[in-house]
Amino acid sequence: MSEERLFSLRNRWFTVTVGGTLALALFAAAVGFIWLPSAQKDQPFQGIWNAICSAAGVPQQWLRITTATPVPLTQTSLVAMTPQLLSASSSASIGRGATLAMRCTMCHGAMGVSDANTPNLAGQFSSVIYKQLLDFQSGARSNAVMSPMVANLSDQEMRDLGAYYANLPKPIASRANALAAIDVPDIVAIGSPMRNIAACASCHGGIDHKAGTPWLEGMPYAYTRAQLQAFADGSRHNDISEQMRNVARNMTPDEIDAAARFYAGARP
Amino acid sequence: MLNSKRLVLAHFWLGFISFGGALLLGAWQMWVRSPLHPWLQNPEIYYRSVTAHGSAMGYVFPTLIAMGFGYAVIELSLKKTLIGVRWAWAGFILVAVGTVTAMVPVAMGLASVLYTFYPPMIGNAFFYIGIVLVVVGSWIWVGLMSVNLIAWKRENRGVPVPLAMFASVAGAYLWGWTAVGAAIEILFQILPVALGFKTTIDAGLARVFFSWTLHAIVYFWLMPAYIAYYTIMPRAIGGRLYSDSMARISFILFLVVSMPIGLHHLFADPQVGSGFKFMHSVFTALVAVPTMLTVFTICASVEIAARLRGGRGTFGWLKALPWQNPMMLALAFSFVMLGFGGAGGIINMSYQLDSSVHNTQWVTGHFHLIFAGAIVVMYFAIAYDLWPHLTGRAMTQWKLMRWQLWLWFIGMIVLTFPWHFTGILGMPRRMAFFDYTNPELAAQAMSVIISTIGGLILVVSAVMFFIVLIRAHRGARVVVEEYRFSTAVHESKTIPVALNSFGLWLALMIGLTLFNYGYPIASLVSRSDTSVPAIPIGGPQR
Repeated sequence: MSEERLFSLRNRWFTVTVGGTLALALFAAAVGFIWLPSAQKDQPFQGIWNAICSAAGVPQQWLRITTATPVPLTQTSLVAMTPQLLSASSSASIGRGATLAMRCTMCHGAMGVSDANTPNLAGQFSSVIYKQLLDFQSGARSNAVMSPMVANLSDQEMRDLGAYYANLPKPIASRANALAAIDVPDIVAIGSPMRNIAACASCHGGIDHKAGTPWLEGMPYAYTRAQLQAFADGSRHNDISEQMRNVARNMTPDEIDAAARFYAGARP
Repeated sequence: MLNSKRLVLAHFWLGFISFGGALLLGAWQMWVRSPLHPWLQNPEIYYRSVTAHGSAMGYVFPTLIAMGFGYAVIELSLKKTLIGVRWAWAGFILVAVGTVTAMVPVAMGLASVLYTFYPPMIGNAFFYIGIVLVVVGSWIWVGLMSVNLIAWKRENRGVPVPLAMFASVAGAYLWGWTAVGAAIEILFQILPVALGFKTTIDAGLARVFFSWTLHAIVYFWLMPAYIAYYTIMPRAIGGRLYSDSMARISFILFLVVSMPIGLHHLFADPQVGSGFKFMHSVFTALVAVPTMLTVFTICASVEIAARLRGGRGTFGWLKALPWQNPMMLALAFSFVMLGFGGAGGIINMSYQLDSSVHNTQWVTGHFHLIFAGAIVVMYFAIAYDLWPHLTGRAMTQWKLMRWQLWLWFIGMIVLTFPWHFTGILGMPRRMAFFDYTNPELAAQAMSVIISTIGGLILVVSAVMFFIVLIRAHRGARVVVEEYRFSTAVHESKTIPVALNSFGLWLALMIGLTLFNYGYPIASLVSRSDTSVPAIPIGGPQR
């Protein structure tokens, strides 16, 4: 037995297994790469080479686009959010932001908090503030007061403002887990699975935080409710991929009210 | 002869302890997402638990059983002391340290990415480092299996390698190669992001690499069970193995065809061409061949045992089988679950049928039936069979063992059949809660409650399993007779070199892997536009 050579064309184990494997692989490839894709009658799939390329997943322009890309009826946000956007800021940037923020104090308060039913900015994520400023500037989000305020800001100035407000202390002590409280409404803690509403807390903090979403605790009731209503009726439309519009549209007025009330009162 | 008893026992105990902990998590998961429990206020806890359950059950438990069993097989079948005992302990310590390293961030909620990693989600780096340590520890085992086989062959030229050793080495080689996919994914794609050197990741490519590991890992889990079918069961029930050659051919086929098939997990993924998905579907179907060979050979071996015990008739011999013997029960249960699980698997691997059950509870039901059912019940049987030889004490809890196996079988059926059913109804997997008050889901509530009961039965069975093992450590000391593997009906002095060596089969395994994975991987690697931003998991939550 030790004399027997395995890797030899004289050894039937070798020829049968290698030959059989090859035959099977080639047969499967012929079916998968030529026969099955050829069942497609569309022009781009005709011919063996096209069949093979389509089955192999070679990226190609399969469809000739003849019509112009449709122009969206509403201006949408062009900002690409990543978890890493503005994750680091310099003290110089914060300092420049502090100077720029002087003009914001009228509505947003001297320390980024105000009773004027404007959103709290102190301690907000810098990427959130940066994105909203960009959207106000591009027109994706519009507001009679904010839009003209932002019109002449440079990109670096918007980054600086984000860095400054992120650096301010939050108006309320951050709680370890907002959801430990007993009176959390279902819409915040669980959402509504069958209506495709994710829990508010799964993006806005409490359960988890997603890039580009603000934290909301202590947000004025009137502000949150107005934004949810604006998302629901489409008058606010700067949410990426319609994430908030899809949520708000499916929320009942009671749920909108409960969520806004909860976040307004969510203090330690 | 079994010299490294403490080594083998350490592997088995750590394996079973991680199994016990993960099982409790699994049962808790069943409970909290059933209608019996109000909705979880924090679903992150659920995914934390799923990650721990999957990582312990998928990476730690079967790996330790395969390693411990492999070392036992070396000494018992080759009848010589394990070469490299220190290395084996080093491997064990790596697995143990890796397990702790991975589980700490998971428990802290810093790595709730599930055991399949799912980039672009990125968890704490220590989770991945821990998994790498586990794999490196198991690679030491792969090396030792190989070294011991080669050393033995050198001393016994021309003698057939004992079947148990041949099969164990096949399992080791399979693992050595299949773990490469996930290792590449972790080392070159995930860890650079988790450690902060990069902020983007090619999630599609990562999923392709993981599929390289993901399916053949199941056959690595399966190997100890199959080795037990062929080399323990016929002896344990008083019969003989029907065919030694058939056994070798089965293990060789597993080695060759279980690798290039993982893309059937990615049928719904866009980054791989349909032609390659079809190829992988074909080779997945081919795995039915060694499975069927095994079913035939073991059924024939069981029939031999029955007829030796006086069984008669076409089916009458079934009554003559030693049904009081826990090993007989384990084998029968394992085969029934393998049958149902395998039938479901044929649906999963069919390119078209898969789309009706993809990512539903059907899939959860399928892999629990195969792994937690058919395979784990054989792990129990292996432990029961080896324990007296490891402890030197008598094992006399026959009734408890039978109850334990019956409950595991019943529990697993009650757990998985409703899962399959709700999967067909479209219930998605990996969900922390379902709105059963909604009329569209209300009808599924009963099925979910039933499967929860199955999960609780499994916990009871596992408790009994631990009682049996612990009591056996305190049993009366006995002189254990020499361990025997089953003998074949026809024991030939020589066998073809093809059935006694691995060179050709490893070449075919690697060749087929490159044939079936080469282009999809190369095309994704070479493109510059396939990366997406990484999503950190468990970062600041507000």
